[in-house]
Amino acid sequence: MAEPILDIKGLTKAYGNNVVFHDIDITVNEGDTVVIIGPSGTGKSTLLRCINLLTKANAGQIWLDGDEITAHGHNEDEVRQHVGMVFQNFLLFNHLTALDNVKIGLSKVKKLPNEVAEEKAMQELSRVGLVDRAAHYPGQLSGGQQQRVAIARALAMDPRIMLFDEPTSALDPELIGEVLEVMRNLAREGMTMLVVTHEMGFAREVANRIIFLENGNIVEEGSPDEMFNRPKYERTRSFLWKISELYGDMESEA
Amino acid sequence: MDFAKFFQYIASGTAYTVGVTLIALPFGLVLGLILSLMHVYGGKFLSRIMAVYSTIMRGIPPIVLLFILYFMVSGNINLSPFWAGSISLGIVSSAYQMEIIRGALLSVSGSQMMAARSIGMSRMQAIRHIIIPQALRLAIPPWSNEAAIVIKDSSLVYALGVPEVLRRAQLISASTQEPFLAYITAGLIYFALVFITNRLLNRLEKRLAIPANP
Repeated sequence: MAEPILDIKGLTKAYGNNVVFHDIDITVNEGDTVVIIGPSGTGKSTLLRCINLLTKANAGQIWLDGDEITAHGHNEDEVRQHVGMVFQNFLLFNHLTALDNVKIGLSKVKKLPNEVAEEKAMQELSRVGLVDRAAHYPGQLSGGQQQRVAIARALAMDPRIMLFDEPTSALDPELIGEVLEVMRNLAREGMTMLVVTHEMGFAREVANRIIFLENGNIVEEGSPDEMFNRPKYERTRSFLWKISELYGDMESEA
Repeated sequence: MDFAKFFQYIASGTAYTVGVTLIALPFGLVLGLILSLMHVYGGKFLSRIMAVYSTIMRGIPPIVLLFILYFMVSGNINLSPFWAGSISLGIVSSAYQMEIIRGALLSVSGSQMMAARSIGMSRMQAIRHIIIPQALRLAIPPWSNEAAIVIKDSSLVYALGVPEVLRRAQLISASTQEPFLAYITAGLIYFALVFITNRLLNRLEKRLAIPANP
């Protein structure tokens, strides 16, 4: 049986009286792709930020590779090296070339020698198909290319798990395909991934499990087949129907 | 009257004027950068102190501050008027430079910090490698304004007896009875220095600009 890489128990986040999510349990096994879906404003982004400790949860525990990272006194910077994060708006470092964006974590955080860092960064860029854009600045890249560089930047740290926060939501439709393609390859290579997305085609094809989050609670979770074809709750069915209608079940890639 | 000697006498003060500026401006930059980092990232207490520092320093005429700082500095350490004056001007300038850099730090989007933390950088690493390089670029245009002010304010050290351009113009105007010519000469020298500096900083801004598609 596969080992859990990420284990979340009873995670709760609230701002004052405003509960973002409540008592969430999620387990992600090694090599699995878990997709989180749900209406906007249900705390999906906040959940991801809590997992890599960019935001502090109010209650609950998170284990990464059997290590409780929410334990008091745990080194947060160390944890984040092992949890890759891809943001909706790419958030590349604007003053650095694509290569340096990928390289800076290797040289400044992992303290690798310059040549080793550069070679590794180049490998990651080639993984996302952007070697020929290495010397370009973010402002010179398309949104799809920027997001692929952002994925390479996260991959360079050799994370145990990759978190994707609506990675294609800010992209023009014709650029979504190239980013999903990179993610699909990652899943195939056995990367463990937790993905928040509205791309139902991707979820149906790649996900091992889909979690439907609404109003801060997990409504239902299951395999794509269970979720799409025989959901237990009417709410799940109507959400999936609506989202497929809106975003299309088909991807825009050729 | 020997005009060549007249002009040469005033122009030879340029070395002092440039010298004072070259000490005061970088001194104020380093101090201003440190203070602005404490202001923005140092927490409530430090931020409050920096705000008070800034308000006081910017609320007093530079020449008054120059005298206060000069007598504070030279009363405790044996410094020449040139050095004491330059450092005092640097301290005055630090308050303005702090505000310039603080504005630049705040205009680098907070999500850049989040992205830096997400790859495992500490707060300090993120500030150093991600925030500061972007902020300093944004600070160049307002900073070149401050550079011009410091060049012009360097004339204030004449009051301490430093033989810079204005001091020399004053001396020679008294001895030759040619005040108009003397001060015009001084004015042209200051203008040339400010003009050249702004040109150089414009070029620096262009060279350091982050490439982007139009």
